[in-house]
Amino acid sequence: MAAHSHNNYVEDENRVIPEPQTKGIWRVFIILCVITAIEFAFAFLMPSSSIRNWIFIILTLVKAFFIVGEFMHLKHETKSLIWTILVPTILLVWLVTALVTEGSYIGDVIFNYFK
Amino acid sequence: MKASYGKLMMWIFLLSDAFTFGAFLTAYGLVRHRHQVYTGAADDFTFSTAYWPIPEKVFNAFPGFHGVDLPLAFVALMTMILILSSVTMVLAVEAGHRMDKNDVQKWLLWTILFGSMFIGCQAWEWSHFITGSEHGMKLPDGSTFHGANLAINEYGPVLFADLFFFITGFHGTHVFSGIVLLITMFISTVNGVFQRRGHYEMVEKVGLYWHFVDLVWVFVFTFFYLV
Repeated sequence: MAAHSHNNYVEDENRVIPEPQTKGIWRVFIILCVITAIEFAFAFLMPSSSIRNWIFIILTLVKAFFIVGEFMHLKHETKSLIWTILVPTILLVWLVTALVTEGSYIGDVIFNYFK
Repeated sequence: MKASYGKLMMWIFLLSDAFTFGAFLTAYGLVRHRHQVYTGAADDFTFSTAYWPIPEKVFNAFPGFHGVDLPLAFVALMTMILILSSVTMVLAVEAGHRMDKNDVQKWLLWTILFGSMFIGCQAWEWSHFITGSEHGMKLPDGSTFHGANLAINEYGPVLFADLFFFITGFHGTHVFSGIVLLITMFISTVNGVFQRRGHYEMVEKVGLYWHFVDLVWVFVFTFFYLV
């Protein structure tokens, strides 16, 4: 993009601006709304349980996929950029899961030791 | 890598930011695990420092509906506003690809408006959380405490309010920074900076940041209000 840093763009008053292509954007918006509505349905219709929590987590990840893939355009970037972002993120998800699981266990052990 | 330096660096920054929020989520998970779960019927639920509160019982107020039990209604509205601001942001980026200055201005303004609405909603939510309910909580010395601060709160364990302040506060700070960036983008667009430069990539980079803020809210919403 460095080549564009000089004023090489000539403003043409009669230039025709192409029509907006917004169909895909509104489609993703509707998908996000529907998933949020489903989350609320589960929050009110299903009693609290670990199964319900997993449903919430999976639906959240689906929403994240659409926001990152479509809104942030990552799905349409080059392969190397996709992996540069995806690999550390997968590591992060594992890290959070591992820390919460192990931390809860170690917390319990220390708590019971001093009881 | 066929991605410009600026966009690549924005992605790397967002990755590092994701690690920060990952640390917050880890802390939240651990603290929540250390506290008792409320096991009785949901209708009989009362606030107590003995167990973690049910989010629907804490966040059930709506501006203008004093005393009406509307569980999670306000946070639903906030979520919708933020998703909508994300959509207007993509529309601004899309207009930038077409070099349509007027459309970029229009959609940036909508994004600034929705972002500011979200911040306003959060300010109301915070002030309601801090003010508390009318009945409050009876303290051992006989006095009554209303609302919440970092040391005591009427909703549940101390750490419940602490995590609420830190996590939603950190997210709110991100939204605020995003609005500042969006306003600078709007001013540059109006002045024709990007039009002369020949591309609207700067708007795209700020767009990446803005979507990330929306993404974080999706997670905060799940783990703080739903689970």
